[in-house]
Amino acid sequence: MKTTELAIVGAGPAGVCAALEAASYGVKVTLIDRDDEIGGQLVKQTHKFFGWHEKSAGTRGIVISRNLAGSVEENASICFMGSTEALGYYKDDGVLLLETPQGIEKLKSGRLLIATGACEKMILFPGNDLPGVYGAGAVQTLMNVHGVKPGDSVLMIGSGNIGLIVSYQLVQAGVKLAALVEALPGIGGYAVHASKIRRLGIPIFTGYSIKEAYGTDCVEGAIIWQLDDNWQGIAGTEKDLNVDVVCLATGLTPLCEFLWQAGAGMAYVPALGGFVPLYDENMKTTVDGIYVAGDVAGIEEASTAMAEGRLAGLAIANSLGKVSAGEFLEKRRVSLEELEQLRAGPTGKAIVEGLAGLRGQMGKRVSV
Amino acid sequence: MKGGILLTTGVPSKEQVESRTPPKSRRERGPFVVIECFQEIPCDPCHYSCKFGAIKQFESINDIPEVDWSKCTGCGVCVAACPGLAIFVVDETFSDTECLIAIPYEFAPLPGKGDAVRLLDRAGQEVGGGFVHRVLPGKKPQGTPVVWLRAPKELSMTVRNLEPVEKGGVSHG
Repeated sequence: MKTTELAIVGAGPAGVCAALEAASYGVKVTLIDRDDEIGGQLVKQTHKFFGWHEKSAGTRGIVISRNLAGSVEENASICFMGSTEALGYYKDDGVLLLETPQGIEKLKSGRLLIATGACEKMILFPGNDLPGVYGAGAVQTLMNVHGVKPGDSVLMIGSGNIGLIVSYQLVQAGVKLAALVEALPGIGGYAVHASKIRRLGIPIFTGYSIKEAYGTDCVEGAIIWQLDDNWQGIAGTEKDLNVDVVCLATGLTPLCEFLWQAGAGMAYVPALGGFVPLYDENMKTTVDGIYVAGDVAGIEEASTAMAEGRLAGLAIANSLGKVSAGEFLEKRRVSLEELEQLRAGPTGKAIVEGLAGLRGQMGKRVSV
Repeated sequence: MKGGILLTTGVPSKEQVESRTPPKSRRERGPFVVIECFQEIPCDPCHYSCKFGAIKQFESINDIPEVDWSKCTGCGVCVAACPGLAIFVVDETFSDTECLIAIPYEFAPLPGKGDAVRLLDRAGQEVGGGFVHRVLPGKKPQGTPVVWLRAPKELSMTVRNLEPVEKGGVSHG
């Protein structure tokens, strides 16, 4: 059986930043991803990121991912296992089971970081099983990774940042955006992203949802309608849209199966996307030696995932005795302050409240 | 946040736009920046992009950018630097009848100098016709191109996007 000091599941922004931070203190890291490329969702983000000028703000996600991949390749302390699916975690032995291109392998690590990210939420409507109904992530992968147009005319469901950004990218790819609908009374994502797509003439319908998608063998059209105060469709408000793609950007939920398997304490926090692990200010879960970072710990922006990754990497190196106490406390203070600032605006309010609830449950659990 | 119509339609209100527009005396002096960023989000590259110090130092990463009109030269460097594509430059001193408007434009193919274009407002509606004055293609590999438009002067605070007209096509305006 292979052994390593730190195993990281997921080579997205959180996992890679954690790997680089831990490796900078001499920790031997095995970084695992089912994709053959480093970067996770960053590889298909063609828009420029927000955040701090000195921390990759203004840089496109794809460029950030190339830079991170370059740093990992140059780092002799990090072993990247691409095209490798982590199949399960066996808590009695602390063993990860991996399916590599060479076959099944077992990996035992001193510390384990789960940075598996999130998956998309599905919504219910007649016709949601028709070919042509996509998740927004799939549309981005088709367009931005493989150069394939998903269709000619799109109905986008959801006005979070993903819905807004993918709408913009579809128009860049030469696809028509028939409409964007949002069930809530207001746009969920950043106003600048919404203004960007409005300038392109894309209509945004707030307080609207999809009634049905229809077609014989694939999507040939979709009907949207206005919602009342009880989220029920209002008869007579239907609009029939001539689209061949319905793109769902209706939210993400953490991919936390490994944490359930590990027996980690979990809590249901809607503001963070569903079930999330309880964790402390070192990003450590209730299970000794198991840490989390990024969307698996609550759905947020990639800049937050990177900051959490750096914090987890630092805390893991410290737990292995590789950081001096003074340096650890100072760097952790800076890291926590950075996270606090990223969440300080009105768009971070719900996240802050969700995290406070999580901390409360963590406190109770530790005292029990 | 003074959200209102911005957060239901994506189009800022008249008051929001006016709050980012300099006084008449400054407008008559030459090109000026219009930062259409109305929501506190964690982002600060505009401040660092301005070598004249015209976009004031942020106290918090979530601050809304504030312009020192005495320092802004209307150079347009911040237009390409803004990750939200929310910054424009307007020059109402270009001629008696026309103004210049700098617009971030991330679509291929880029229009060429002299091309006729349809002028679009903040809701993407056509409001007139104009011409491409110059095109800054943006730094490789990831810079945002900036298109400077010539537009009827009265549309200086209305036009925020463009649509190329087929070469040889007719322009309005």
